Amino acid sequence: MDLRLSTAEPTEAERRAVDAAFAAHRSPDDVPGADVRFPDSGHAARGRRHILLPALHAVMDAVGHLTPGALNHLARVLSVPPADVYGVATFYAMFSVTPRAPHVVHVCDDVACAPAGAEAVIAGLTEDLGEEGEGKEACWVRSPCLGLCERAPAAMLQLAGRPDVSVAPAAIGSLRAELDRIATEEPTRVPAADAAFADATVSVPQAGQPQLTLLRRVGVVDPESIDDYRAHGGYEALRRAVALGPERVIREVSDASLTGRGGAAFPTGVKWDGVARAPSRPHYLVCNADESEPGTFKDRVLMEYDPFGLIEAMTIAGYATGCERGYLYVRGEYPLATRRLEHAIATARAHGYLGDDVAGDGFTFDIELRRGAGAYICGEETALLNSIEGHRGEPRNKPPFPSTSGLFGKPTVINNVETLYNVLPVLAVGGEEFAKVGGGRSTGTKLFCVSGAVGTPGVYEVDFGTTLRELLELAGGVRGELRAVLLGGAAGGFVLPDGLELPLTLEGSREIGATLGSGVVLALDTQADLTGTLRRIAAFFRDESCGQCVPCRVGTVRQEEALARLTRGAPKGPELTLLDDLARVMQDASICGLGQTAPAAVLSALKLGLL
Amino acid sequence: MFGAGGGTSAYVEAEDADLLVLWGSNARETHPIFFHHVLQGLKKGARMWSVDPRRTSTAQWADGWLGLDVGTDVALANAIGREIIHAGLVNEVFVERSTTGFEDYRATVEPYTLARAQEITGVDAGLIRDLAHAYARADRAQICWTLGITEHHNAADNVFALINLALLTGHVGRYGSGLVPLRGQNNVQGGGDMGAIPAKLPGGYDLGDETARARYERAWGVPISPKPGMHLSEIFEAMDTGTLRALYCIGENPAESEANAAHARHLLEGLDHLVVQDIFRTATAELADVVLPAAADWCEYEGTVTNSERRVQRVRKAIDPPGSARPDTHIICGVAERMGHAWGEPTAEQVWDELRSLSQNWHAGMSYARLDALGGIQWPCPTEDHPGTPTLHTRLWAEEPEDRGRPAPFMPVEHAAPLDVLSEEFPIRLTTVRILDAYNSGVQSGGYSSPMRRRESLRMDAEDGARLGIADGERVRVVSRRGAVEAPVAFDPSLRPGLASFTPHFSEEVDINVLTNDAWDPKSGTSEFKATAIRIERIGSEKI
Amino acid sequence: MTTVLLGSISRLVTVTVDGRELRVPEGATILDVLREQGVETPTLCWAPNLTPINACRVCMVEVEGSRVLVPSCARKVDDGMVVRTDTEKVRHSRRMVLELLASSVDMDQASEDVQRWMVEYGVEPGRYGPPAPPEDDRAGHRVGHHHAPDGSTAANVAQPVKVDNDLYVRDYARCILCYKCVKACGTDAQFTFAISAAGRGFDAHIATEYDGELPDSACVYCGNCIGVCPTGALKSVREHELREAGDWRPEKETVTTTICSFCGVGCNLELHVQQGSIVNVTSPSDHSVTHGHLCIKGRFGFQHVQNLPEA
Repeated sequence: MDLRLSTAEPTEAERRAVDAAFAAHRSPDDVPGADVRFPDSGHAARGRRHILLPALHAVMDAVGHLTPGALNHLARVLSVPPADVYGVATFYAMFSVTPRAPHVVHVCDDVACAPAGAEAVIAGLTEDLGEEGEGKEACWVRSPCLGLCERAPAAMLQLAGRPDVSVAPAAIGSLRAELDRIATEEPTRVPAADAAFADATVSVPQAGQPQLTLLRRVGVVDPESIDDYRAHGGYEALRRAVALGPERVIREVSDASLTGRGGAAFPTGVKWDGVARAPSRPHYLVCNADESEPGTFKDRVLMEYDPFGLIEAMTIAGYATGCERGYLYVRGEYPLATRRLEHAIATARAHGYLGDDVAGDGFTFDIELRRGAGAYICGEETALLNSIEGHRGEPRNKPPFPSTSGLFGKPTVINNVETLYNVLPVLAVGGEEFAKVGGGRSTGTKLFCVSGAVGTPGVYEVDFGTTLRELLELAGGVRGELRAVLLGGAAGGFVLPDGLELPLTLEGSREIGATLGSGVVLALDTQADLTGTLRRIAAFFRDESCGQCVPCRVGTVRQEEALARLTRGAPKGPELTLLDDLARVMQDASICGLGQTAPAAVLSALKLGLL
Repeated sequence: MFGAGGGTSAYVEAEDADLLVLWGSNARETHPIFFHHVLQGLKKGARMWSVDPRRTSTAQWADGWLGLDVGTDVALANAIGREIIHAGLVNEVFVERSTTGFEDYRATVEPYTLARAQEITGVDAGLIRDLAHAYARADRAQICWTLGITEHHNAADNVFALINLALLTGHVGRYGSGLVPLRGQNNVQGGGDMGAIPAKLPGGYDLGDETARARYERAWGVPISPKPGMHLSEIFEAMDTGTLRALYCIGENPAESEANAAHARHLLEGLDHLVVQDIFRTATAELADVVLPAAADWCEYEGTVTNSERRVQRVRKAIDPPGSARPDTHIICGVAERMGHAWGEPTAEQVWDELRSLSQNWHAGMSYARLDALGGIQWPCPTEDHPGTPTLHTRLWAEEPEDRGRPAPFMPVEHAAPLDVLSEEFPIRLTTVRILDAYNSGVQSGGYSSPMRRRESLRMDAEDGARLGIADGERVRVVSRRGAVEAPVAFDPSLRPGLASFTPHFSEEVDINVLTNDAWDPKSGTSEFKATAIRIERIGSEKI
Repeated sequence: MTTVLLGSISRLVTVTVDGRELRVPEGATILDVLREQGVETPTLCWAPNLTPINACRVCMVEVEGSRVLVPSCARKVDDGMVVRTDTEKVRHSRRMVLELLASSVDMDQASEDVQRWMVEYGVEPGRYGPPAPPEDDRAGHRVGHHHAPDGSTAANVAQPVKVDNDLYVRDYARCILCYKCVKACGTDAQFTFAISAAGRGFDAHIATEYDGELPDSACVYCGNCIGVCPTGALKSVREHELREAGDWRPEKETVTTTICSFCGVGCNLELHVQQGSIVNVTSPSDHSVTHGHLCIKGRFGFQHVQNLPEA
């Protein structure tokens, strides 16, 4: 197209980063033109936009921020208008369009980390590096939940010129040591900081127990070895799937009554069947691994400790629904999971488990990993699709639903990580057998992310129908005196101590007006700062609203302001009326689930008299 | 086309086309709102090709760009035709039923092999082949063109060469397929339709059409000579030979807009009597014996104009004309009255209704009331219950021979290089280009302040500049066989080595028509604005 | 001579609107049906010549079977659909959307319809507190971060007017982020893509690359963004100056449709004339030549008929 670029030129490093990202992602029949003075024209060039996010990451990884020269080069190579590149770049919290220190410490100050000492970490970093965002070589910024709640407090180091790393628990001492190492040591492919995650039992206290289904390989297999994966039953489900054929696979999934574990609990079999039958081609599979709900870390744990399991499950889903390409969209703040998955994909491809002739069974399937870049909203399925396509991560209007018009306008299956892992046991035991655990729409086992005031935080796998009390006991019981449990995350609600007999099922939680959501169980004792927690949740939604629709964009701001007035002691009556008015318009009129659930926790707290 | 001087398709058809060829047209800048329709087509998946010596902003949207040498369009079109024939992609049913002269055409294009075309045009043979196949295979394809086709000494031949391609493939007379000449000015189409073509009567009738002429003679009460009048280029030749001594010039600025302008001005100055009727005191008005100040009819009076899709639309009065300015028709009636003809002062609608009573095929059904109600009507519109004709020549697809009517003739044409030949003395090809925010000689567009406006420069290729030792921004002398001007240089990547360009918009800065060639096309009377041979000279070390 | 139209004549489907059963063409939106029925439905981000944007959420209606409200501008009718427009839920959402906008954006120059809706729906923007003072650099906010409010003032988008060229101004204190300008600059008309939404959440705003000035951007001054702006955030310099000088007289404005005097496309122009002088140019959105969109010459090139020598 007739782009108008500024005269800013990229540095050599920026040019190399963009060109490499383009080379890695361009379609083989899209050959770049010879005349470097012009952006390429025509449909093929205009189809390069989906490379935008990887290319922005490439520049950030190389130089730590996005200069006008880099942006120009990106626009020229990918045929994307510079204003659009800017619009996309400024959508994500991990990108910076202004100069910034090459090493950035993202410190989680969210619901699980704040009570675990996040502010002390921040105080130490302020002493070392200066105020938030300042510092020449390194700086620190506050971050929403980093998904490391079982190891709170947490930090993630975003590092130009070397791999990002997570540090958790992030005592100021361990952070100082890590920053020292970065300043003095050469980067390695596997960063030394990863070693802190070697012990899986910190994340999964049940690790190795025989009754586990979804977590059975966590802490048992070597996550970097496909042979070890196969030695522990890996790729048996795929073999079984190919023996059954696509239609039978979908029938097993339907018979299992498997529902989506991402929060909406839609029947997976129905979704798969819809895409499998859609006449338009190609079909796409998307795995939503953008786990960002505050207090949630189960998908991260699965991907870190059993990455091949997800690759196998995606392959089965692709086979069943007629997809030749799957996109695995991983949260940008999950560096270790990303490394493990990248390794698993490359290894699976090298062993013939991905590619033109999967496992010698004659079907084609491959996976492209895409990194998010700091936007909770991209966990919303249509926002995620826009993000992959190189647009701002703004949710789409539905209908049409992704199963008819999804990625690049084609029929698309979008499944959450935990949902896909469930496909493996469905095929192992058969759909009917799978459905015997739990009941109704809540069949099989469920992962919960237990954190806060409990003895042993971590991911726990229990049968659907286990009570909340049993789950808390499994996690070592409540430390101190329980005030409330935040169930379902920021988009969920509170359960009081008298409600612990709640059976953990879709039906049970709905009955009390709550939701299992993403499986968050955050225990708050009487010492906890409940008001602070609520204000953090309100601030979270304000920060993470994409800004597209009025109810959410302005409603989240007004909600936070009203909450601020309440905590300052303003008269309750008018503020409660206002919060209720806001909650209704957000729930009724927002485009997507973010806005619709943004008032949930606040409303729940008000209703239960917690404020 | 085929007896009707108008484009065949409605603009909106571009939105549903599968393939659009913009040939000698930078519609992105010169017809921006037509290009909106093209862009909607691209959004739906249409492919677009650009044939243009420059890599224009239009070309930057194209799936393929054929950067041909200036003035080699016939060779390129003939090679495309030959390739379509040899590849077996001719629409044989259409050619058989609805055209004549195919065998002659085949024989004419036979020597235009891809290799020969590559040699003449400078376009890669593979690209020519790709365009030929894409055009012939598309379900719905349009060729759109502008001045890049018509401002040549062989303008009509260029147009014929494109029409031949449409006949060969049947890409005419069907929704989405067609031939779309985009008119340079807002009422070029209407002016021609109203008889401002030497061999035509209003309503598109040939002057030689006895029945039609008799009807006009009856209505006007005067005999009409069956001999065509002069077109603009012939008028200037007649001034040159001294047979034309007086000129009444309405809404035209030839002192600036004519090729070889110095010569044109000299001729205008030599007239016994020059009357200029215009809304501006133009350079031509400066030379006039009498200046008649006119109203800007598009906003200060009433009337109709006709656009490039043959849509007749109403213009209306929004503001008062300044001072003593009067509408054109009032001035003309006033002149008539002084000459002893009491035409009165008819309203615009009365004038139009007279035209409707005479233009029975095209305009008869277009009352002001209907034009108002329907937002304009596309001719032909013979009766007041006729909806107008968005797509022309659909008859060519009729099943019954009598419904098909006269078949459309192939018009074989040969390549003829520009008359202003390149030589050692004049090695660089200068072409004229138009830009988005300016218009023609600039008398209208100079009236507002465009934030995009840059000073007029000789646009040229940076390699040429390096070879000639010229720096970007340096002021140079540009010399053609007819004259010389000075201008700053701006390097422009849309131009290839050997090609340079000026706009015609800023004659007060650079009087470019001092350079251009007034050789004209005998079939259309258009001058060869697009192909001037120049050399570029440094002016010492002076820089700006 | 026949016109060949692509596609077939629409089938009719049955929908029920506020208890009335109607037969309407398949493919129509709920809003199409409501307008046809004369049911007034407020809209802000909708325009007849743009694809539905679905961002403002003021046109929401209830559709049976849907837990949440449905945007009437974007949702196509289904056979058997039951629509309700005058329920408490609908009225509440419309009121709140208008109220949230009015509490954060200067709506003074929005259309008379918008002013009337705000009264009819009982909008009370004052209940969120006094407005926070204007800010010079809203674009500089870090994504995903904000200063914790104390609730004493209501956050808003007040900021200085951007005047950086001779043709139009950008007064983003009036911007409701309806995205219409972005669509008109982009894939609904102009395909120039000089502007995009940038930033996120309440800090989201319309911007050129790096929030630069228009003359440094890809802008080609077609003014199609002005043509679709519902709140006066984008307007011609001429209108801006007249308003500033107190000489803006919309009540005395005449609008005359004519044809552009420049190229051969023949675009319909609506000349807006105040006190004998053209002040703005628009194009009718339902005309097949322009779909309501113009180029720089059509929208701003009229000045030559008004540059008169001093009398």
